[in-house]
Amino acid sequence: MDMIQPATGGNGTRAIGPVILDLSHISLAFGGVKALTDISFNVREHEIRAIIGPNGAGKSSMLNVINGVYRPQQGEIALRGQARRNMDCHAAAKAGIARTFQNIALFKGMTVLDNIMTGRNLKMRSNFLMQALYWGPARREEIAHREKAEQIIDFLEIQAIRKTPVGRLPYGLQKRVELGRALAAEPDILLLDEPMAGMNVEEKQDMCRFILDVNDQLGTTIVLIEHDMGVVMDISDRVVVLDYGRKIADGTPDEVRSNEEVIRAYLGAGH
Amino acid sequence: MLYREAGQFKTSYQSDNQIFPIRQDRTAMFALLAVAALAVPLFASPYLLSAILIPFLIFALAALGLNILTGYCGQLSLGTAAFMAVGAYAAFNFVARVPGMPLLVAFILGGLCAAAVGIVFGLPSLRVRGFYLAASTLATQFFVVWCLTKIPYLTNYSSSGVVTVQKMQIFGYSFDSPNSKYVLVLAIVAVMALLAKNMIRSNVGRSWMAVRDMDVAAEVIGFRPLRTKLLAFAVSSFYCGVAGALYAFAYLGTVEPEAYNLDLSFRILFMIIIGGVGSVLGSFLGAAFIVLLPVFLNIAGHGLGLPTSFASNLELMVFGALIIFFLIVEPHGLARLWQVGKEKLRLWPFPH
Amino acid sequence: MNFFFEVLIGGLLSGIMYALVAIGFVLIYKASGVFNFAQGAMVFFAALTCVGIVDKFGVSMWLAIPLTIVVMVALGLAIEKVVLRPLVNQPEITLFMATIGLAFFIEGLAQLLWGSQVHKLELPIEDVPIGFLMERFNIIVSQFDVTAAAICAVLVTALALLFSKTKVGRALRAVADDHQAALAVGIPLQRIWAIVWSVAGLVALVAGLLWGARNGVQFALTFIALKALPVLILGGFTSVPGAIVGGLIIGASEKLAEVYLGPMVGGGIEGWFPYVLALLFLLVRPEGLFGEKVIRRI
Repeated sequence: MDMIQPATGGNGTRAIGPVILDLSHISLAFGGVKALTDISFNVREHEIRAIIGPNGAGKSSMLNVINGVYRPQQGEIALRGQARRNMDCHAAAKAGIARTFQNIALFKGMTVLDNIMTGRNLKMRSNFLMQALYWGPARREEIAHREKAEQIIDFLEIQAIRKTPVGRLPYGLQKRVELGRALAAEPDILLLDEPMAGMNVEEKQDMCRFILDVNDQLGTTIVLIEHDMGVVMDISDRVVVLDYGRKIADGTPDEVRSNEEVIRAYLGAGH
Repeated sequence: MLYREAGQFKTSYQSDNQIFPIRQDRTAMFALLAVAALAVPLFASPYLLSAILIPFLIFALAALGLNILTGYCGQLSLGTAAFMAVGAYAAFNFVARVPGMPLLVAFILGGLCAAAVGIVFGLPSLRVRGFYLAASTLATQFFVVWCLTKIPYLTNYSSSGVVTVQKMQIFGYSFDSPNSKYVLVLAIVAVMALLAKNMIRSNVGRSWMAVRDMDVAAEVIGFRPLRTKLLAFAVSSFYCGVAGALYAFAYLGTVEPEAYNLDLSFRILFMIIIGGVGSVLGSFLGAAFIVLLPVFLNIAGHGLGLPTSFASNLELMVFGALIIFFLIVEPHGLARLWQVGKEKLRLWPFPH
Repeated sequence: MNFFFEVLIGGLLSGIMYALVAIGFVLIYKASGVFNFAQGAMVFFAALTCVGIVDKFGVSMWLAIPLTIVVMVALGLAIEKVVLRPLVNQPEITLFMATIGLAFFIEGLAQLLWGSQVHKLELPIEDVPIGFLMERFNIIVSQFDVTAAAICAVLVTALALLFSKTKVGRALRAVADDHQAALAVGIPLQRIWAIVWSVAGLVALVAGLLWGARNGVQFALTFIALKALPVLILGGFTSVPGAIVGGLIIGASEKLAEVYLGPMVGGGIEGWFPYVLALLFLLVRPEGLFGEKVIRRI
């Protein structure tokens, strides 16, 4: 698979494919607290699916369920038609799901380049002994993956900071690096948890551009939690709305925008 | 002026990935190795070799082992000396019981035994972290050393519990003099340091650092935290085991449980704190510091006419105070100070 | 059977002494989130200072003890100023390593000031068997041990009351949770820490005197403090009752293991048994019997 080229007039919108992720009747509780109650929706291949809702609605928990971090007490997850209910996060990563986190989960002790290289982990074959010798196959593999990582760095326009320890970067750049780390795994499904939180207008535009390019040129399916309604309405194909752990709407941005319950719970009359 | 990188462009990822990308660093390293390998054994006094350089190298190796576990993988361990002991006893037994056992193979096997013990005592790291893990490594330290004292088989049924080790021989050549011992130890330590550096800059090293920094995120990316931690324990214990074997064969000349007590574990921990946690260079700097400090204090004490007990208590106080000092002022230790120094050197003679 | 009870009671009583040392740890951890590895060194320092004052200046124990209290308070203040203040809000592991350095420093200082030979400590309580127990039940239990247990009980009750009932106690708990938040609501962080470390110093003094009277004041006292670690693991790092229960379990099991299992494997089990026990316990219940479960949010 060719890695991403910088956007110079892509080849138009991708055709949206069949259902790639199907969640049915998911319920998740922590002790007495019900985070998610009977949620069902699906995600089609190559689409951009947004999950919106007020704070505490369960959006991050939903992503955590998809990604295998939490196991739901009830409900089924089907990935490409195969039931994957007891998937742990390692299995999810191997199945081609990558994600970013709301509170940035980068490895603060490593540089930008190293962080992105960690995303290549599942694609590396050599064992630690070969790496200790750093000779032959291990060295070639390291160089090859370095090249892929550099393509992502070029795409995200972070060349200047590639050797900077991540802990020293401003928030917006850290979010970009986290996106890079997720992209490094060449995922089929990319889960983004508030990728634009805390960014100014220009940074948001850049991030939108990256997300659209990834979806456009690589065909990556994107599931996105976001609070900025402008962004959500502009770039998503379909939207799911959660409130107090329940699904209250599911459809295209236009359909959701005019849904009364959604307006009452979340949007307000302005949108 | 001397240390500029201007003009040194990297045109391939391979050259960018070098251990010493800056040409001046490479030259300096080769010069240092040349001096260490050729000039020192020819000109240094036996005292310098036996009492300073050999223990420095051995402790640097142990500190490197601990740095892999604690510095790069974030698993705090107070059981370093126990792993060294396993390596020493195992190496001794292999040489004693297997006729014709080559010395280096015995060291490697000793390291592997230590690695096995390390994996067993590293299993709690799945459920336990932070200083709970440190407390459980104390169990390792006390239990392992107790085992080594209580099982007569391991000391070849020696009545005193202390054994004299065999001479070190490779292909019939006997490493008797301090000079030859020094060169052997230098070679072993240099090779192992190179292997460590290679691991650290590869995926293995990144997996360790990922687990250290945020193990939940590491798992989400596809690392397996338990395997990663156990590998860190294994490799770290291997290094400590070889260091322990060298400690017995090339320095003490005996194998005794007292030499591998909790105090040694703490000394090595101090080496990596002062030298720089998570740094290969730091392991060496820290070891040098801890080896040289008592010497200086002794000289100072004699110079001022103070009793030796004063010097040893002062040593404790200075260690303690330095640990606190470094943690406050420069938590990344001497290695960071070195880096900062190099940065300043780049600009020299300009201020910024 | 009698022998078993003797060993058991002996173990329980030494367990109470372990608990005393562990309580010092818990205090500091509860109030500043710092795991004070130097607690053992403080026990040693307190005991050594006390006997040192008695030996060097010829004063009676009754004067030496208050003097030592003053010294321990001063030490607490100094530690707060020099070690804790510069390290506010550093990760726990950094503070832990700082206390390791502190331990070494205090140990060296203690021996520098008062010498490294073993000192004998005389307390007004005698180490003789309790008369009526010996006559009625034929069990030998030392008067000294029982008095130590009683002192410990009093101390623990006082501390428990301090934490739960007073304003200072509440402030201590706030500080343990989050330094910066406590500062933000106006809690005088530095004064609280100074108080806590001084109280811990006091507890160290009591522990040091009791242990020192039993075993003599010597460097090995610091290792007793290391034994407090398994106590804390069993009881939970944040619980004073946990420290007591943990201490009792460790003390009893250690003695029983040494007496009954020891001969089978050549003795010397006491050195590692508590640690291995704690390790196994950790695998089953990582937060200890009474500790708080740590929940991490992603």
